[in-house]
Amino acid sequence: MSIIKKALATAAMTTALMAQPALADDMRIALVVKALGIGFFEAAARGAEEAAAELGGVEIIYTGPTSTTAEGQIEVINALIAQGVDAIAISANDPDAVAPALRRAMDRGITVISWDSGVAPEGRQMHLNPSSPELIGNTIIRLAADHLPDGGDVAILSATSTSTNQNIWIEEATKALPNFPGINLVATVYGDDLADKSYREAQGLMQTYPDLRAIIAPTTVGILAASQAVTDAGKIGEINVTGLGLPSEMAGAVESGATLSFAIWNPVDLGYAATMIAHGLASGNATAEPGASIPMGRIGDAVLDDNNEAAMSDPFTYDASNIDEFKSIF
Amino acid sequence: MNILKNRDVLLAFALVLLIGGVAMRFPAFVRPANLVNVFNDTSPLILLAIGQMIVILTKCIDLSVAANLALCGMAAALLNGMGLPLPLILLAAVLMGGALGAVNGLLVWKLGIPSIVVTLGTMTIFRGSIFLMTGGAWVNAHQMSDGFKALPRMVILGLPVMSWVALAAIALFSVILTRTPLGRSFYAVGGNPHAAVYTGIDVGRTQCIAFMISGALAGLTGYLWVARYAVAYVDIAGGFELQVVAACVIGGIAIVGGAGSVIGAVLGALFLGVINNALPVIGISPFWQMAISGSAIVIAVALNATQNRPKGRIILKEVTPT
Repeated sequence: MSIIKKALATAAMTTALMAQPALADDMRIALVVKALGIGFFEAAARGAEEAAAELGGVEIIYTGPTSTTAEGQIEVINALIAQGVDAIAISANDPDAVAPALRRAMDRGITVISWDSGVAPEGRQMHLNPSSPELIGNTIIRLAADHLPDGGDVAILSATSTSTNQNIWIEEATKALPNFPGINLVATVYGDDLADKSYREAQGLMQTYPDLRAIIAPTTVGILAASQAVTDAGKIGEINVTGLGLPSEMAGAVESGATLSFAIWNPVDLGYAATMIAHGLASGNATAEPGASIPMGRIGDAVLDDNNEAAMSDPFTYDASNIDEFKSIF
Repeated sequence: MNILKNRDVLLAFALVLLIGGVAMRFPAFVRPANLVNVFNDTSPLILLAIGQMIVILTKCIDLSVAANLALCGMAAALLNGMGLPLPLILLAAVLMGGALGAVNGLLVWKLGIPSIVVTLGTMTIFRGSIFLMTGGAWVNAHQMSDGFKALPRMVILGLPVMSWVALAAIALFSVILTRTPLGRSFYAVGGNPHAAVYTGIDVGRTQCIAFMISGALAGLTGYLWVARYAVAYVDIAGGFELQVVAACVIGGIAIVGGAGSVIGAVLGALFLGVINNALPVIGISPFWQMAISGSAIVIAVALNATQNRPKGRIILKEVTPT
């Protein structure tokens, strides 16, 4: 099965390689993903096509290995170098393993950027993060505040007390709190990313704080377990569960009303922005250096920090109006 | 005086003290509705602890229960997705759990591999199988039918169905263990395997049956778990096997086999269940929560050790100089 898949992928790639020279005038931007056939990356490719259509004269080569391995990506990168593409935008399976191959690409004058999942600094010109801790921290509080015009008590249900990502986001959320008058953070509890413990912690929050109006869970297991606990307690409409989750997992909670809205990066925007940046760098309209500002079309500008990293935007908000569109994507 | 020596009574007493202590800090904890909640929340642990207890009685241990639960739960969720009616799904979950338990049992029985090694292996195999079945994808609430999710929470006579299932299992296995030849043979096999052989009991076969019971209970719990939390993925109930073994240890089941009761296992599970449910509401730092759960286990084991230590027998009389 896997051999057939690989053979097909190779055949497809060869066909793609042979088809290229005919369109040599176009700028060719390769979008290299962790593996083909993943909804998230298919959506990113759609965004890339959207950017290409907007820019004109750009051809997107959407490619990647058949399974999420660094070796597979290195093969793909080598093929792209041989093909002489103008730019590579990669979401890496391993930050270090793919760096030497990308270094070779840069030596041949190919623009290399990473997005979503980064590459070590020596293997890329810049990295585009989907968001930043400050933006995420601010967003998760805003999600709760959006539905609490008169303010109210909110609590955070996190993963483990030692999860680095969640702790940074919560710290930023606490800093953003003064910008939302009336929103009162009463507790931060930890569900350890276990469905049963998160469920119990959510029940505990509801019992301890009778005036609780929202539970913010910046973790996919937590947000699901909390919305189930709120549903079982019959408190839909009274307590809004929000935070970070995946549309495919959250569709049920949004449908039942336990979750009014939640956020996560938008893969379409991410593919779009990566393409815009790759185009800007490859055409010489922008340079990747600390402090530089690179335009990303409709999304705005990416401002590079000292490590040549930039954050794209706030996480994208999903609610009843767009959940059906995205739940089949990722 | 005699009643104080009974471990189950002591444990029940400790449980009441614990609940009382929690109520002092958070009075709403002892509201009947909340106690029902706590019992319901502990039901999966009770079901698995009963199965584990039977396995431990026969001098074995089943570390694969949580993985078995996860695999059967995922299978139930997938069968539901294929439109199978609920009674058949329940039957399939129990049979599948029993079959997975039989795999453990046969390896222990026919190949004589120590159960801790067998079940450590099957634990990873079961989890891996979930990944193979789904490719790591989750089955989410909107992919499950309403009836599938509703059954465990349906309230009959004030108790959710999940609690009734636990009560039924307590009653059933209390009778089996104390009133049937099979039940007594579990004790015999663990208490003294050689003597058991002389009375005509097949030690390996009895151990295999114990694993099948544990597996079948895990399969049933798998469905209940997935339906209750309305989500199925590779890691559900991760690390739960340790809580199950801890419940048995707290409940006074002798880890060397041959001694223990269903009530002990149930009380042990309830003890952990009360701690699990109380910690979120009494406002103790999460950094302390693990230490508290751990201490409860160590104290219980220490009590076990002091109670079960045989008094030294004097073989030779001290020589009194004449």
